[in-house]
Amino acid sequence: MKLFIRTIAAATLVAASSAHAQVNVTVKDAWVRATVPTQKATGAFMQLQAARDSSFVSVSSPLTPNVEVHEMAMQGDVMRMRQVRSLDLPAGKTVELSPGGYHIMLLNLKGQVKEGDTVPFTLVFEGKDGKRETVEVKAPVRSLTSQARPAHAGH
Amino acid sequence: MNQRVSRRAFVLAGATLALAPLAGCSLGSAVSFNGADITGADFGRDFRLTDPDGRERTLADFKGKVVLMFFGFTQCPDVCPTALARAAEVKQLLGPDGERLQVLFVSVDPERDTPEILRAYTAAFDPTFLALYGDSARLAETAKEFKVIYQKVPTGSSYTIDHTAVTYAFDPQGRLRLKLSHSQNAIEYAADVRKLLHSA
Repeated sequence: MKLFIRTIAAATLVAASSAHAQVNVTVKDAWVRATVPTQKATGAFMQLQAARDSSFVSVSSPLTPNVEVHEMAMQGDVMRMRQVRSLDLPAGKTVELSPGGYHIMLLNLKGQVKEGDTVPFTLVFEGKDGKRETVEVKAPVRSLTSQARPAHAGH
Repeated sequence: MNQRVSRRAFVLAGATLALAPLAGCSLGSAVSFNGADITGADFGRDFRLTDPDGRERTLADFKGKVVLMFFGFTQCPDVCPTALARAAEVKQLLGPDGERLQVLFVSVDPERDTPEILRAYTAAFDPTFLALYGDSARLAETAKEFKVIYQKVPTGSSYTIDHTAVTYAFDPQGRLRLKLSHSQNAIEYAADVRKLLHSA
């Protein structure tokens, strides 16, 4: 039986480019879902944790000018996705961008996103004091068929 | 015409079918499923959609197999890959019974989901999975027959599509039997598919 395993080790965090010595936001387990040829959009997932109350305010990538944060919500049996302009990161809380909740959408892709590639992201966070912090992330591309939590991995 | 008469006959037929397993096996009560049992439903009777090779397909093409049918679109990075990955897991859990499973992915995004994308998309999950599509009129008819909602919603630079995210299960005789929820997992789905394969 094939196991879909989360390769936590694959995510890379590059130090924040902020002038502050203390890193406020950490990004873990970032990954991008691969696409098939001519597919125009895909999603990226990761875990965010801020040491101080902050907001995730923007994200960009050289892959495409159209990068948005979306929230997926089930209303009964109907799936809805909506763009969110910012995401609250309460101090010390891990906020997941994962299937079933938030994700980053990469839209209007110019080419295929292939398993094994790496996608760079620039994430911008803002503290309560209005100071902004930038975090650079290199997210590995995982198979289109990746599941966050396969059923037989246990309940 | 005689709508009322034929509906009564249909309900009777449904009741007879539900009781049929009692005649031949040792179960004390009718088979119970993880998915919602909609046996005898007066909707979801058939479809007429096109596959990525341009051929018209209907439910009859898949007689002898349990069919799992899901409506979605390829630019959906969350629910649709999850549903198809779960279906692939179901096929593996079934072992040799997996040969008698047919997974169908019906696109609700005719503008962006080309046959080329659809063919590659389902093949990535399993080579036996089949994508189906129709033009906007055919899609509307099909969605209505299957009580599926779908709606384009603008987002930033593009659009997304709100859509019903259930999986319909048909038995090997081509009858609509179950409505499985997105919140259920591969183990629950596989158990239901096994029951549909081995009963009646």
